[in-house]
Amino acid sequence: MAEDGRDESVAADDDSQHTAEDGRNGLNNTMVEESPTLLRRMEICVAEAEKRSGKNAVNMQETFTVYLIETRPMDALAEGRNPAPDSLWRRYSEFELLRNYLLVSFPYIVVPPLPEKRAEFVWHKLSADNMDPDFVERRRVGLENFLLRVASHPVLSNDKILHHFLTEEHSWKEVVYETGFQAKADSRLKALSATFRVRNPDKRFMDMKHYSDELQSHTSQLLRARARVADRLYGVYKVHGNYGRVFSEWSAIEREMGDGLQSAGHHMDAYAASIDDILEEEEHYADQLKEYLFYAEALRAVCRKHELTQFELEMATQDLISKKQQHEELSTGIVRTFSFKGMTNKLFGQEAPEQREARLKLLEELIEEGEEAVKDKTVECEEHVEKAWVDVQRFKEQKDKDLREALINYAVMQVSMCKKGIQMWSNAKECFLKM
Amino acid sequence: MSVGAPRALASSGQKPITEILHPLSAAEEPLSVTVGGDKQEVALTNGTPVETSSPASTSSLFNRLQLDDDLEADVRDPYADSTEMRDLFVTVDDPKKHVSTMETYITYRVSTKTSRVEFDLPEYCVRRRYQDFDWLRIKLEDSQPTHLIPPLPEKFVMKGVVDRFSEEFVETRMKALDKFLKRVADHPVLSFNPHLTAFLTVKDLNKRQGLALLSKVGESVKHVAGGYKLRARPAEFCAMGEYLDTFNQKLGTIDRIAQRILKEQSEYLTELREYGGVYSSWVGSEEELRRPLEGVAGCVTTSCGALEDLGDNMSLDFLPVLREYVLYLESIKNVLRKRDQSQAEYEGRLEAAILRKQEDRTPMPLEVEKCQDKVECFNADLKADWERWQSNKRHDFKQLLTGMADRNINSYEKSQAAWESLITLLQDKQTEDKTSETN
Repeated sequence: MAEDGRDESVAADDDSQHTAEDGRNGLNNTMVEESPTLLRRMEICVAEAEKRSGKNAVNMQETFTVYLIETRPMDALAEGRNPAPDSLWRRYSEFELLRNYLLVSFPYIVVPPLPEKRAEFVWHKLSADNMDPDFVERRRVGLENFLLRVASHPVLSNDKILHHFLTEEHSWKEVVYETGFQAKADSRLKALSATFRVRNPDKRFMDMKHYSDELQSHTSQLLRARARVADRLYGVYKVHGNYGRVFSEWSAIEREMGDGLQSAGHHMDAYAASIDDILEEEEHYADQLKEYLFYAEALRAVCRKHELTQFELEMATQDLISKKQQHEELSTGIVRTFSFKGMTNKLFGQEAPEQREARLKLLEELIEEGEEAVKDKTVECEEHVEKAWVDVQRFKEQKDKDLREALINYAVMQVSMCKKGIQMWSNAKECFLKM
Repeated sequence: MSVGAPRALASSGQKPITEILHPLSAAEEPLSVTVGGDKQEVALTNGTPVETSSPASTSSLFNRLQLDDDLEADVRDPYADSTEMRDLFVTVDDPKKHVSTMETYITYRVSTKTSRVEFDLPEYCVRRRYQDFDWLRIKLEDSQPTHLIPPLPEKFVMKGVVDRFSEEFVETRMKALDKFLKRVADHPVLSFNPHLTAFLTVKDLNKRQGLALLSKVGESVKHVAGGYKLRARPAEFCAMGEYLDTFNQKLGTIDRIAQRILKEQSEYLTELREYGGVYSSWVGSEEELRRPLEGVAGCVTTSCGALEDLGDNMSLDFLPVLREYVLYLESIKNVLRKRDQSQAEYEGRLEAAILRKQEDRTPMPLEVEKCQDKVECFNADLKADWERWQSNKRHDFKQLLTGMADRNINSYEKSQAAWESLITLLQDKQTEDKTSETN
């Protein structure tokens, strides 16, 4: 996926020779062509990864990886100039910070996910080590993908913090913290509570939330099953390498059969070795699935935000109603609902008229505030619903397109694997025929 | 006397047994032996062996001349194009279950077509069971101890583990029996064995078998007696022995590898099935992605089917042949041992005779000559059969390994076809959607 950021519009659609490469190109080209966003104005890519050492927050020595982000103005490229890119280094934690900022600042957007923090769904040949070069490479690709998605998003791409992230290496962190976004973050507890207690959430969002659960479940199941399959397939291919050795040994005691056996043995070795490339390519497919596994989480977050705003609106409305009721009781003397004040009044006599006036006044103020609050919350809730629904639709279309491409690419990979297998065995067969 | 060495044989540099004789026997008529390729004065210029004495070898000479022709044909392809030469065709097929009060067993139809005068009719059709094949093999081994008798499939099967009446088992066994009989029928010497004739023609073999069992015991005793120790196995038979040992080892390794592959493939198949299932279950929560997901699930299923077939075929066709050759090697080693024994016996008797001669100047006893003759026949037969066997083995393994390659190719082709048609289907849908969008 890396070099594709550099590609400009390439007509990939009508090719009959559909390759996996085309699939990846297709994704990024769409992002360039269709969206009137940052990506149109600026070419972005994560070009390299490097190891660095430094002192961390608790003054301990640590090693970490930094990634080089390169940007170039698109118009310069269009004019045929080839200016040197602006570049800066960022580490994974800074990407995380950026994403958290986006999550808080745009709670109605399904925010693109980052590549996984730690290697999961590994099968035995893959390393779970974060410093492993293959992992680092796949992460580099994933980070670039993240930036491309964000930069092509109709809403997110306009954010100033994002621009800073791409252009200001050193002062960026301060600027992010200054936005005070961390304070605006909803507490986990609040959100969870809302999920349970909300009474009238928008059905569409409830359905979406259910869908996000399904998506998460299926993608994770698929990733796990695929890893097991990869493991087994690896074993099958590698055992065939033993044929190579035994044919070689056997050829030593044969006269006419010797040459044929020996060459066939070499082809068996080649067959056994071929699985490495095949499975490495499949990791791309796994990465595409992983992206949507994490996307499901982002989708659910939007739905939960709706539950929260809806809940807060319901609470505010409820609060206003109760205040109004209290006011009515106090002013008319009719007690409609049970209250301790009412009880104590009955038992110990009513309060003095001055006190009553004071309380009425207070209540009126509170009611006024409450009405403001309900108005605000209603707006907040409705705005969220409106904007979120737009983005959810956008996400749905993107998901359908991307996953469809991914599945087609997977089929292409399978065809390629079959062709390779046929080639190898045909070669071996020719040697057998010459025995 | 001389022993015919077919022209086609490449062998030797072999020391004739004559040179092992004690120098004091030089007074005797030199026993000009051409064991191996050494053509001495007794041979004609074109190499055709000439019979000098010993009536024992008369009948075998005819066979050896025939061996010449057959050998050349065999080097090309023992089974296919020698039809002009062949005059005996046998087939084993049509397995049927027989149920009697005492036992249940399978019989096979053995069909024969021949132009040979040893047979009364040109065609025969009899039914035989495994026991009968076993009888035949024992008779052949006993009556032709100097030849390599092809192996039979395993006799005993553990009743609990393998189903003796399952289609696959019967099919595998039948193929092996067919191969056995064809190899015997193609052998220039064995095919003329009267026991084979009886096997192919007699309606009820059981009566014969009874008598056979008795004589079998007697003959095997004959071989145990001897007690002579072999001094030195001639170089080419040493080479034979070494080859057999190494080859046996390699076959064992190949068998293990093949089994391991089957096991790995089976486990892969299990995971693959589950994997396909996940795609199917995902379909439920999607709309647009329904078709691609279903498609992928379908292709995975097809691949599973292809893989399963591959595994079954390898079990049925590949492994049994390997095992058959292991048995073959065993029986060849036995023949080699018998050869050693007869050589040892000859040398022992010869030594004894020489010592006696030194004392009373009696001529070389007839039995020593008979022994020598026996050894020479044995060596010649064995070498001829060995070359035959090598050539057959080459053909068999070529076929076996090519078959394995073909099956793997076939499996991949099935899978590839499924995936390609899915890609076409999905891409067509894509262009369909695009055109409907722009309209």
